[in-house]
Amino acid sequence: MSYSNKVIDHYENPRNVGALDKNDPHVGTGMVGAPSCGDVMKLQIKVGDNGVIEDAKFKTYGCGSAIASSSLVTEWLKGKSLDEAKTIKNSQIADELELPPVKIHCSVLAEDAIKAAIADYQAKHGK
Amino acid sequence: MKIKLPIYLDNSATTKIDPRVLAKMLPYLTDDFGNPASRSHSFGWTAEAAVENARQQVADTVGCDSKEIIWTSGATESINLALKGAAEFYQEKGKHLITVKTEHKATLDTMRELERIGFEVTYLSPETNGLIDIAKFAAAIRPDTIIASVMFVNNEIGVIQDISAIGQLCREKGIIFHVDAAQAIGKVDFSLSDLNVDLMSFSAHKAYGPKGIGALYVRRKPRVRLLPLIHGGGHERGFRSGTLPAHQIVGMGEAFAIAKAEMALELPKLKYLQNKLLTGLQAIPEIYVNGDLEHRVPQNLNVSFNFVEGESLMMAIKDIAVSSGSACTSASLEPSYVLRAIGRNDELAHSSIRFSIGRFNTEEEIDYTIKLLQEKVAKLRELSPLWEMFQDGIDVENFQWDSHDTQRDVILH
Repeated sequence: MSYSNKVIDHYENPRNVGALDKNDPHVGTGMVGAPSCGDVMKLQIKVGDNGVIEDAKFKTYGCGSAIASSSLVTEWLKGKSLDEAKTIKNSQIADELELPPVKIHCSVLAEDAIKAAIADYQAKHGK
Repeated sequence: MKIKLPIYLDNSATTKIDPRVLAKMLPYLTDDFGNPASRSHSFGWTAEAAVENARQQVADTVGCDSKEIIWTSGATESINLALKGAAEFYQEKGKHLITVKTEHKATLDTMRELERIGFEVTYLSPETNGLIDIAKFAAAIRPDTIIASVMFVNNEIGVIQDISAIGQLCREKGIIFHVDAAQAIGKVDFSLSDLNVDLMSFSAHKAYGPKGIGALYVRRKPRVRLLPLIHGGGHERGFRSGTLPAHQIVGMGEAFAIAKAEMALELPKLKYLQNKLLTGLQAIPEIYVNGDLEHRVPQNLNVSFNFVEGESLMMAIKDIAVSSGSACTSASLEPSYVLRAIGRNDELAHSSIRFSIGRFNTEEEIDYTIKLLQEKVAKLRELSPLWEMFQDGIDVENFQWDSHDTQRDVILH
């Protein structure tokens, strides 16, 4: 598997690894994938009272491109409103990381993780 | 001592040719280039003498008569010749063959081909330690069983089957017994004179010899008959036609002779390195050794690192050259069928690494490997939500994962 330098950079120096308190009302948590498929992503966002994402953390079990996809989206999410965050598409992730075709599903999973984290946050706030 | 990276720990895939072997081979590519089948001049006689000397070296190493050794292109061809050749010859006696699910693909694919042309094959499941239960083997025997095929040493998990006991059973029942010994030379001390084995397949390049050459042992007393696969000039008493590659054959003979001469010294050294590697890796929590540790060659250690995904682990340890049971690193896109057959789940099969230690590895290289694995597994677990769940006391294996994503990932993988 030959990866782009961007994937290798995110893999070797992943951004925003860690966990936020999932019981905090400001935190939304999304976990997608399954270990038997080789990929599990956990993405967390912390949303300020102004509706802007203040912080994002991830943990990923998966190949290099799964780790890079989730690392990249934590960078992109910070400073975005929830509506802006929802517009992030898997194709943007795949383009940015120059993912090979067999690894496109990693970017799909990252998009799913964003949507799941936002849905969890909104569920906490009755939306 | 300065370590040269990457470190080669994939000696079950192939080995570096021993410089002493190469030195013996080279004259047969230059001055002594003759065709061993040329009977009319000294070029041919010299090459033939070298081929027969090598045949004797191989025979001495495995404990048989040199007339029982046939040269082939490698273990895959030997296995094909043994199984197809014997099945076709003995098909009037019966249509049933027995093998094991953890055999090499050379055996399994040949068996599939025999099934396609009308034979029936039983694929035995090994126990969770990778070894065959003799009682289950005995129970699989039918009145029409003509051939059984079992590997001496497993290429992935290094376990040693009880060839003596299985051979005895086959002899009592009049079943032709083939053994794939590609991974056994220089690893297991055996002599065919003590074993009830009828056919045995060998490879040179797994034992510090050249690629592209192998041999098949065909027992003479009691005599085993085969139909040839490759027809032509009637070389190798008609079993295998084709001009003999004298330089390759000389290399195989020398490699086998060295293996026999040095095994008593080499095995304790390799056992020491294997133990050191195992102890070092056992400092990492949640690791699983695949295959029995006692009935195992010292060259092999196969370990699964739970909660770490195989491909990212391979990326992290690219300073060492190893094999993985992960689907992502193989051409077939399925996790190791050997590990699945001994009951490992997909996750553990995906996260497995086969370390195969060889003649040229050093203690410093093993120390480096241990340190690398300890660091990188810890780093990847920091990244792993599964490791976090495990530490929080959640049963990861029985957790309700989103089946929608499961479906899609299966399709896209």
